Amino acid sequence: MTPRELILATIRRSLGVTGTEAPRRLEVATRLASRPKGVVPERGQLPPAERIDLFTRMVEAAAGTVVRAADPVDIPTAVATFLREQNLPLAIRYGDDPLLSGVPWDRAGTLEIRRGASGGSDLAAVSHAFGAVAETGTLVLVSGADNPTTLNFLPDVHIVVVSARDVVSDFETVMARLRGRFGAGAMPRTVNMITGPSRSADIEQTLILGAHGPRKLHVIVVGEP
Amino acid sequence: MTDVGAHAVTSPHFKDNAKAALADASLQNALKFVEVNFAARRREVADKLLEFEALRDSARDIKDHTLAHLDLYLEAYEQRVVAQGGHVHYAVTGEDALAIILDICRKLGARTVTKGKSMVAEEIGLNDFLAAHGIAPIETDLGEYIIQLRHEMPSHIIAPAVHLTKAQIEGDFRRVHTHLPRNRNLVEPTSLLAEARMVLREKFLAADVGITGANFLVAETGSSVIVTNEGNGDLTQTLPKAHIVLASLEKLVPTLEDLSQLLRVLARSATGQEMSVYTTLSTGPRRPDDPDGPDEYHVVLLDNGRSSMLAGAFRDMLRCIRCGACMNHCPIYHAVGGHAYGWVYVGPMGAVLTPSLIGIDKAGHLPNASTFCGRCEEVCPVRIPLPRMMRAWREREFERHLSPATVRAGLSFWSFFAKRPRLYGLATAVAARALGVAGRTRGRFSWLPLASGWTRHRHFPAPQGTTFQAEWKRRLASSSKVAQPSPLGPPP
Repeated sequence: MTPRELILATIRRSLGVTGTEAPRRLEVATRLASRPKGVVPERGQLPPAERIDLFTRMVEAAAGTVVRAADPVDIPTAVATFLREQNLPLAIRYGDDPLLSGVPWDRAGTLEIRRGASGGSDLAAVSHAFGAVAETGTLVLVSGADNPTTLNFLPDVHIVVVSARDVVSDFETVMARLRGRFGAGAMPRTVNMITGPSRSADIEQTLILGAHGPRKLHVIVVGEP
Repeated sequence: MTDVGAHAVTSPHFKDNAKAALADASLQNALKFVEVNFAARRREVADKLLEFEALRDSARDIKDHTLAHLDLYLEAYEQRVVAQGGHVHYAVTGEDALAIILDICRKLGARTVTKGKSMVAEEIGLNDFLAAHGIAPIETDLGEYIIQLRHEMPSHIIAPAVHLTKAQIEGDFRRVHTHLPRNRNLVEPTSLLAEARMVLREKFLAADVGITGANFLVAETGSSVIVTNEGNGDLTQTLPKAHIVLASLEKLVPTLEDLSQLLRVLARSATGQEMSVYTTLSTGPRRPDDPDGPDEYHVVLLDNGRSSMLAGAFRDMLRCIRCGACMNHCPIYHAVGGHAYGWVYVGPMGAVLTPSLIGIDKAGHLPNASTFCGRCEEVCPVRIPLPRMMRAWREREFERHLSPATVRAGLSFWSFFAKRPRLYGLATAVAARALGVAGRTRGRFSWLPLASGWTRHRHFPAPQGTTFQAEWKRRLASSSKVAQPSPLGPPP
């Protein structure tokens, strides 16, 4: 018996089943296909404008910051303003994201732009989130050439752009949208759900921001929901 | 069952461990943080979410359903991992898992391995094993990094270095980071964290293989999920050539919707956060167009006795999502900390799980280290009946004649009387009267024959009247005549 067969056989002996019972197989197949939702908190079930307000409050409660931009053309100014406020050099890195590639970065003045994955030497990165969850102030980012995963973790400051209409009520809605984008049962290499900047409380339970990931998380919500 | 590597099991010495812990002033100071902060934070976020109790039921039901169909969900999960370019390895024992991991590392010519926090890696003694085979393992979670420098085991499942003071950590950093200036300031926790960040950043970038645990495995998509606050797990699994996930079988959940339910109770129960900072789903290796991520993705599924646990009285323990709420609310843990438990899993969850994994003969003291106050079960996000299972272990310990001779003798002495109610009533009445007379002047005893185990640590109060049973009888008789409040309060 291979280790796999041995483990499956022990599980089946413990459960008193053979693994071939049709009702059991049907129950599992049904659950995987129907994906029952369970308990979805009321908290996020709000009209669009209030949902953005809740998202903002929850990000701020997790020590992140949020600004609104009326239109994608305002993203460069919002980014430059934040970098100036933080006394950071006007330099960013982003991937091949169509939204970020299409904005007029020259409006931000002398902004140095690098592209692609980070090797660890960048102070600030800009990503475009796949979505966000109002319930907990959580950003959802997916890996790929558009928004490389290293940008989410290596730079000191992470600036995340999210479209207002992608800010949804709850996790279940984001999961359904992931399925819509990547197909049922399929996922990108990485889905990062990010709630606030990196932190640790491992030394005497003193909470300190900026453990191994970004010290600051700044969110730009673009457009109207 | 696996041999647990270089970290010796000291669970059989729980009593000595506990005594030493109680006398350790800096440990006692550190434990105050746990008792006050963790419990208060959990209460606050739990109260803020209307549906928290309903979510706990939901979380329990999801885990129960998954465990009852674990063979089928494992097959579904494996199929999705493979379909997306990953590899699944099955390990019956800890040794099997170690051999599989070493083999993957050797094929890649790995010399250094970064590690995200993993209790299963502690369970199988992965670090010592890798080091013994010429591969340097580097813990990257701040707490795990600190205890690795000290060659210790975690004292808490989510706050591994909670037993240490910042001065102790400063001492360790100065001892190990000898390439840094001697006169640097490391007084504040912020400067300690900044130094760890800088030192570990180089390690992240240089590592050949990254090993993480998994909080959950999702059957629907073949994803592994890690939940962290620091971001170390993500750097561990993104930067090296290969990502190895080491996870035990019971981490499985069916769907992304089920995952959402469990995530809602995990962080709230663990750290009192609405969500941990980073919840990351990893599925397969990097895709052809991806500019970053690992080239290889391996999942090592560890059984190590869990498939057998599904059969017995301890199946419910496999619902555990390792949040640490039980230890955060445990008066015994608050008093002695994690190391006293003598192995990887501590607190009430450790008291139930450890005997299953290393045997009740070695871990017999742990299920006895409980006052049965029930707080662990009250806060458990998946409603594991921890006190009931500790009681089940005590029964087994007794049945297998593993309890100490004095305990067994005492119990048979007591049971002789307990089985003879008339004699019991007479003997206790005589004893109560005699002790009442003897202790009349001082009202307490500082020494009693055959009870020195009690009186060594506290006084024994002298009985003030008749026995409980006599008083109860009298109360029942009087309350049946006239309904008036008795000195013992209202009848049940």
